[in-house]
Amino acid sequence: MTKSELIMRLAEANPHLYQRDVERIVSAIFDEISDALASGDRVELRGFGAFSVKKRDARVGRNPRTGDSVPVQEKFVPFFKTGKQLRDRINDG
Amino acid sequence: MGVAMTGKTVTRAQLSEAVYQEVGLSRNESAELVESVLEEIAQSLSRDEVVKISSFGSFLVRQKGERIGRNPKTGEEVPILPRKVLVFRPSHVLKNRINEGLGGDAG
Repeated sequence: MTKSELIMRLAEANPHLYQRDVERIVSAIFDEISDALASGDRVELRGFGAFSVKKRDARVGRNPRTGDSVPVQEKFVPFFKTGKQLRDRINDG
Repeated sequence: MGVAMTGKTVTRAQLSEAVYQEVGLSRNESAELVESVLEEIAQSLSRDEVVKISSFGSFLVRQKGERIGRNPKTGEEVPILPRKVLVFRPSHVLKNRINEGLGGDAG
């Protein structure tokens, strides 16, 4: 399912809403999650899962083609931990 | 391992508020729509579909085979049954935003 398919499914389930409003709603949700992570905040959605940001320390990496050492700067990566309820649903399904 | 920047936690309440601010719906209906979005994603994943949200990331279900684990307390060997796990792969757009926000390097 893509974002546009998600929007279509929601629009079908909510015929009183304009499709462009459903688009704005879906974008508002993912923008809010992204904004929170960009501020270093956690996003916790009980039953679904939690998004957080993890720090990866600077390290010496290697160019896989040439084998040269290259410094890799410290970076932050988004991380998702699946909620218990969703994990169970995926395994029952 | 998570970075404690401001240490705030965003929940469904803030997502509903963002929807409420964006479109002229009631707070109740905004909250229901947040729930519907999560529910559509959960249903899709329980059918083993990939859920791809452009500029955010993809959720995919991976099948894990059976393996032998160990009870860390007793050292006893126990079989870990085959199971499915959900993996989130963040998009480059999201990774870059987070590193711009937190002053790291996305590369």
